[in-house]
Order: sequence, then structure tokens, then C-alpha cells
Amino acid sequence: MERDIRVRKIKDGTVIDHITAGQALNVLKIIGFAEEFPKTTVTVAINVPSRKAGLKDIVKVEGRELRSEEVDKIALIAPKATINIIRDYRVVEKKKVSIPHKLEGVLKCANPNCITHFEPVKTVFMVERKDPIKLRCHYCERVMGEAEIVTQF
Amino acid sequence: MEFEGRDIISIRDFSLEEIRYILDSALRMEARMAEELCLLEGRILACLFFEPSTRTRLSFETAMKRLGGRVIGFSKAGVASVAKGENLTDTIKTVANYADVIVMRHPREGAARLAAEVSDVPVINAGDGSNQHPTQTLLDLYTIKKEKGRLDVTTAIVGDLKYGRTVHSLAHALAMFGAGLILVSPPGLEMPPEVLSDLRELGAEVTRSSLEEAVREAEVLYVTRIQKERFPDPEEYEKVKGAYKITPETLTKAREDLIVMHPLPRVDEISPEVDLTRHARYFQQVRNGIPVRMALLALVLGAE
Ligand SMILES: Nc1ncnc2c1ncn2[C@@H]1O[C@H](COP(=O)(O)OP(=O)(O)OP(=O)(O)O)[C@@H](O)[C@H]1O
Ligand SMILES: [Mg+2]
Ligand SMILES: [Zn+2]
Repeated sequence: MERDIRVRKIKDGTVIDHITAGQALNVLKIIGFAEEFPKTTVTVAINVPSRKAGLKDIVKVEGRELRSEEVDKIALIAPKATINIIRDYRVVEKKKVSIPHKLEGVLKCANPNCITHFEPVKTVFMVERKDPIKLRCHYCERVMGEAEIVTQF
Repeated sequence: MEFEGRDIISIRDFSLEEIRYILDSALRMEARMAEELCLLEGRILACLFFEPSTRTRLSFETAMKRLGGRVIGFSKAGVASVAKGENLTDTIKTVANYADVIVMRHPREGAARLAAEVSDVPVINAGDGSNQHPTQTLLDLYTIKKEKGRLDVTTAIVGDLKYGRTVHSLAHALAMFGAGLILVSPPGLEMPPEVLSDLRELGAEVTRSSLEEAVREAEVLYVTRIQKERFPDPEEYEKVKGAYKITPETLTKAREDLIVMHPLPRVDEISPEVDLTRHARYFQQVRNGIPVRMALLALVLGAE
């Protein structure tokens, strides 16, 4: 057993591990913590020393798994995160988040004059760089970085 | 190279070879302009101007008519007219039933890309808000190529480099061709960092400099408007405007073969006396818009 588990173990749920230090609160926003509260128990650890590299954040969600669009969003701000599915106290599945080449319908364009705000069309962003993240709106060609992305969560 | 059915939305969509091909094709068009061409006889161009622009519209209409085609269309008055009424998607789907090709200007960024996605006929972007105006970029390149015989020229770009859409796409295209770029702009109107990093990723050598120094080094001086609306303080605007104005005196230290370009219309960033110097090329530049647009219309309609 790891020495740094300070709270009781989860029976079923999801552990989001190796979150870029400082991004745990944004991860909470992505998984809609506020809307689900108080039904869901969520444990947050911030600035945990990691054996792999420096500090990391961890978010543990009880009783539910993540939707794929939530995982896509987490990837944007925490490209090294891993998603661990817990069933009956054990890690039954582990996957690294990955940023797709193209993000469809996940984010809004930061350009207020972009046509996507005025016409019935799904947003599309091309991923030009993954870490640090750089997206380009397929329509207006405006570039978005992490700062413009996190304000949307 | 396959152009039939293609949209012309952004200079970023084109490879070096494709741009070369378009420029060559425009050169052939220009050689044949004296003839009465009927390459696009029986074809209809729809000019949809959701924002007025007399010059660009006239240029496209002229190009289509010189190729023997016909033109339909409308011109509206800005964002207010876009805000109410039918959505863009429906307008485009309707017009695509009437015309063989659509040329469109719209006040919102990304409108042309969206139009191209819903249209069955090719769409040519004649300006989408502050984003792209690819035919302007192509005619700029055409002018430089014609005047200099090459595109890897040292180009000084002067004026509003922050909001000016023409300069962003021109700088991008010139960077693709290995041109050296000298940027000259008033404080607060510098090239945005993401455009700069784009240019560097393309391998361009980019420097910032004063107008004086730029004039001495450049082979091409590309001048753009500095808009009054960008300045909260009118006095500040007058000062800046004066400092970036091109006069025959500004050009005394220039290379003999320097050419001065401007996308027009100009307000007073280039004094009329410059028109008479050997450097002025902005009216040739306007004229070059015709063969370039002729070539594009013929290419996307598979008639070249
Ligand atoms: N039942 C549980 N309740 C709460 N947290 C758990 C539970 N099981 C595992 N974890 C946490 O989930 C994460 C992944 O667990 P795992 O046992 O795979 O650790 P690991 O081998 O260090 O994985 P990695 O190589 O991804 O760091 C760890 O942070 C661990 O503390
Ligand atoms: Mg671990
Ligand atoms: Zn956009």
C-alpha cells in the first residue's frame, strides 16, 4: 500500500492521477463537481511529490466513470494525466489521456466575432501543439492557449 | 495540379507549389487579357457581399466578365444586416443552386470556411472579418514576383501590424517563400505574438526596425493603413500617423529598385507625390488583381 493514501480507499470510481500540479481545481470544474455536489464524494490532493517528476495533483471521484469528452478536456490542461478505473477497490483499467488532432464540439472559440457563435455549427479546433497546448479554430483561425481554454471550464 | 471544385478560403490552405501554380496561371491570363476570352461563357458567379467593398467586388466582377461569364449578387451594409434575417448557412445553400461559383465577403471571421462547407459550388473568400483575404495576398505575391522576378525578397511591412489582416497573410506567404521580413509599426500595433511564432516556425528571418532603417534595406515596402479607431486619444493618432507617412523625402535613402505597395484604399499614409516616383507600384498592384482573380475563377471552375 502506498504511504501517501491519507483517506479511505474508493470502492468504485475513478482516480485521475499525474495531473499537472496546480490543475486539480480545473479538473474539478471539468467533471462538473459543483453540479454533482453533494451526491458525489471527491478527494483532491494538490502538490503531491511524485516519484516520476516533481509535483502532481490527484483527483479521486467516487461512484462514477468519466465521459470521453471530459477526458478530452482534462488532456488539454493535464497532458500527462492517467485515468484509473477502480472497481471493488482495485485498479481494473488504466489509460493515459491523449489529445486528439482535432477537437469537435468540446470548446467555444475565444474570438467573440467567430462565426461559430452565430450559426448552428459545431466548433472544430485543430491541435497545433500539445504541450503547452495550442489550438487553432478551424473557422476563424484564431489561436487559443491554456489561458483561454481554462476560463471555459 | 487539381483545382477544379476547390475553395479559396485561406492562404494557409495552399502549399508552395500550389501558390506558384496559381501565380503562373495568372501570368498566362494576363498575357491573354487583350483577347476576348470565353473560358467561362455560360457560367454564373454570385458575389455575396454581406459587408460592402466596392473595389474588391468590382475586381471580381471584371475578372468574371473578362472570361465571358455573368455575375449576380448583393451588397449589404455591415453587421446589422447580418444580425437579423436568414442565417448564413441557408443563404449559401440557396445561392449554390443558382450559381457555379460564389465569392463572398462577410464581417465575421470564419464565415467563408463555414460557407464552403455547406456549399456545393466553390467558394472564394473575399474577406472574412479580420481573418483572411487570400486573393489580396495572391495579388500581392503576383505583384512582387512580376516586379522582382522572385519572392524571397526583403520586405518591410509598415503600419498596423496588429489588426491588419492583409499583413498577417502576406507575411505568412512571404515567409513560406523564404523572404526576410522587417516589421515597422507604432507602439501598441505590433505583430501579435502568435503570428510572429508562426512566421518563425516557417523559418522566416523577422526583425523589427524604424521606418528609416527599413526603407534603406528593403526591396519591397508594403504600407498599410493605421486606423483612427485604434487610438483612444486623437492627438496620439495624429502623431503616429505623421511618423509613418511615406513621402518622397522618406524614400531618399531607399535602394534604387525599391517598390512601394499598398492594398488601397489609402488615406494619407502615402503622399500623392510618391505616385510620380519610380518606386510606386500600388496602382499596378490593383490592376494585377484582375488576372489573379481570372486565374482563380478559371481554375476552380476547371476551365483553365
Ligand atoms: N481503491 C483506491 N482508492 C483510492 N485510490 C486508489 C485506489 N486504488 C488505487 N488508487 C490510486 O490510484 C492511482 C493509480 O494506482 P496504481 O496502483 O496503478 O499506482 P501506480 O502503480 O503508482 O500507477 P502509476 O504508474 O500510474 O503511477 C494511485 O494514485 C493510487 O494511489
Ligand atoms: Mg504512481
Ligand atoms: Zn473561431
